[in-house]
Amino acid sequence: MASTDINIDAHEGHGHDHHDDHHHEHETNFVTHYIFSQDHKMISKQFLITGIIWAIIGVGFSVLFRLQLGWPDESFPIFEYLLGKWGAGGKLDAEFYYALVTMHGTIMVFFVLTAGLSGTFSNLLIPLQCGARDMASPFMNMLSYWFFFAAGVVMFISLFVQTGPASGGWTAYPPLSALQSTSSGSGLGMTLWLTSMSLFIVSSLLGGLNYVATVLNMRTKGMTMMRMPLTIWAFFFTAVLGVLSFPVLLSACILLIFDRHFGTAFYLSDIFINGEPLRNAAGQLVEGGSPILYQHLFWFLGHPEVYIVILPAMGMVSHILATNAKKPIFGYHAMVYSIMAITILGFLVWAHHMFVSGMNPFVGSVFTLFTLLIAVPSAVKVFNWITTIWRGNINFTPAMMFSIGFVSLFISGGLTGIVLGNPALDIGYHDTYYVIAHFHIVMAMAAGYGLFAGVYHWFPKMFDGRMMNNNLGYIHFWITFIGSYCIFWPMHYLGEAGVPRRYFSFAEFNFANGFEDLNVFISVASIVVFFAQFLFVINFFYSILNGKRMRSLNPWGSNSLEWTTGAKGIHGNWEGAIPEVHRWPYDFGKDGYEHIPQTVADKDLKEIKTSERLPSR
Amino acid sequence: MASENAVAQGDWGGGKSPFNVSYGKLMMWYFLLSDAFTFSALLISYGAIRFSSPYWADPNVAFSKMPFMGDANVPLGFVSIMTFILILSSVFVVLAVIEGHRENKAGVMKWMLGGIIGGIAFLGCQAWEWTHLISHGNNIWENHYGPQAFGMLFFLITGFHGFHVFSGICLNIWAFVNSANGEFGRRKNGYEMIEKVGLYWHFVDLVWVFVFLAFYLL
Repeated sequence: MASTDINIDAHEGHGHDHHDDHHHEHETNFVTHYIFSQDHKMISKQFLITGIIWAIIGVGFSVLFRLQLGWPDESFPIFEYLLGKWGAGGKLDAEFYYALVTMHGTIMVFFVLTAGLSGTFSNLLIPLQCGARDMASPFMNMLSYWFFFAAGVVMFISLFVQTGPASGGWTAYPPLSALQSTSSGSGLGMTLWLTSMSLFIVSSLLGGLNYVATVLNMRTKGMTMMRMPLTIWAFFFTAVLGVLSFPVLLSACILLIFDRHFGTAFYLSDIFINGEPLRNAAGQLVEGGSPILYQHLFWFLGHPEVYIVILPAMGMVSHILATNAKKPIFGYHAMVYSIMAITILGFLVWAHHMFVSGMNPFVGSVFTLFTLLIAVPSAVKVFNWITTIWRGNINFTPAMMFSIGFVSLFISGGLTGIVLGNPALDIGYHDTYYVIAHFHIVMAMAAGYGLFAGVYHWFPKMFDGRMMNNNLGYIHFWITFIGSYCIFWPMHYLGEAGVPRRYFSFAEFNFANGFEDLNVFISVASIVVFFAQFLFVINFFYSILNGKRMRSLNPWGSNSLEWTTGAKGIHGNWEGAIPEVHRWPYDFGKDGYEHIPQTVADKDLKEIKTSERLPSR
Repeated sequence: MASENAVAQGDWGGGKSPFNVSYGKLMMWYFLLSDAFTFSALLISYGAIRFSSPYWADPNVAFSKMPFMGDANVPLGFVSIMTFILILSSVFVVLAVIEGHRENKAGVMKWMLGGIIGGIAFLGCQAWEWTHLISHGNNIWENHYGPQAFGMLFFLITGFHGFHVFSGICLNIWAFVNSANGEFGRRKNGYEMIEKVGLYWHFVDLVWVFVFLAFYLL
């Protein structure tokens, strides 16, 4: 091992009660090793690879509807080839356009950026960076993945039902989602959507409880809360957000299921279908409920959900920026408190999604206040990232490139968030492409960059010390980075002109004329970016099998605990005792040392080498 | 980071649980917090719908019948008995937890059995109440006492609570069986599982207090 193991043997047998009993390799067979594995590292890989498959499907859908938006008059045989009757004659069915955008949203938000991002890296890094043998409950952790898998299976099946998948938008607002007769996607597709989401909530709950309990209870000796890497702080608060907000979505889903299948009226009132008032099984007029109630319940999850998506990316980016700039993270405490502030404020801003819902404007102004307040901790984080890399000795690894790209996107998308947080402006921008541009840049793309950064950075920890190809990583980064701005920047102009989202075609609307070229440009950019992602996918799978092996156990010169384990990941993580921690993870350039691992006590400082070998580029 | 060195010697210094509780109990607490949000969302939905409704049912009229008493008018009599039974069963489970700390298998089994019987009795009462209401034409679509919303909220929320009681009874039976066959007695953490299922049981009890408040008192 490298210089990082000097303290490992000195502290045998400190109290990790039951988890120290079994740090030798378990007896495993194929099924318990690769499928029903209880090893957090294997579960993290399961989440990641499932997430990658869902990302290809979800982003693929966006390419399909970008074809329609870019060239509404052309016919594309690929529609008929992929979608059958929904693309008959190469023309995309208008009804199925909504199914595509609904599924794109659902898949990307929940399956890719929640499960694929937080599921992957919380699982991988919480035990490794906290210094634990595994999660608090490895069995529940396994169940968490398999509930996610079941949710995925149900959602996948819904793509193939005769009436099509859910098509009421990823928010599934009633009455469209509550009344089966309103659209073909509100039939079986919506039922399967609700089933899948319920399974997903269970998965998220099992995972979240584990993450919180592990971070609080299983840290190694010396790992105080304020010595935890910022990744762990981010995962911790992500889990808190998930544990407290997903149950409200569960309530919303239960009420919606009753409205759909049992004739209640929680979200319905005064409904007329084809001129006939809607009556329930007892012949009574369906009345008394409120569709706004659903919006409140949904967005009580829906808004924290965007922080569930972005916080893990923020944590990983903070860690990667400091590690690769070889500078201590600027304002560690401020970073921790800003994550906390974002978590708390994140629960108090949900109704800014509902400024045009008919909600009382006074309530709207309260939510505006909190929404604008959340810009403060966000800005603290941005300034700290910039000051962290300021005059740093930057090592431009692909992970570092994506982290810097993340900061760029977060600033660009965050500024438009301040615009949209004001009701006076939002009323104009609501449901236009301005909103699409805002949340894709600040949340979707940024979180995606966090995912890429994390994979490039921690790939050796997942796949037994193999590294991904750097050159492919750089090409992947530059195409993605320039492409992301090419796709989403022009959407601001569309939005400012009032071009609405969720429209299948703009041919009927004069005000949208003149944007055809811009739509073609966006579509071309999105197709290029989509295919560029296969550079990543190829790099990923090729490197699993044939990637260069890392030349030192700590290729990025990081201080955190995950690099003190052996190259080959074993169940239990450390061969010997769990290392003890003596310092925070961001001692870079201190007292003439390039980096000081967390395991090194002050008295042992002279024993560490002043330079670590870094990967040649 | 001198101050961190001081923290590292304390409860939050790692290598042990800062609250001196096992991860299992910690996870049960967080699960209950999560479940509390589920119930809160339902009860807040109840509030929102009720306050937008021009009129509401009078619980003294809607819940005034007792089994075996025919048409006698006993406002809230039966539900008071139900509530008393559920609280009593919670007391039994507390006693089971105390016996668990003493590693007294017979005591755990005795009081756990009491808790289980209390739970089943509560569900039985709820079944009678539902049957009585439904057989008199009150259901999720219409009722004689108030707007549609009264019936649908009543059946959904008491049903969801009843489902929690049911799963609590299952957990209690499971804990009872594992006490009886000596499984918990052999465990390193002894009868801690009794404490964990007990936490869940008290939570179900606590939620009933709010459900009771919302539907029967307000």
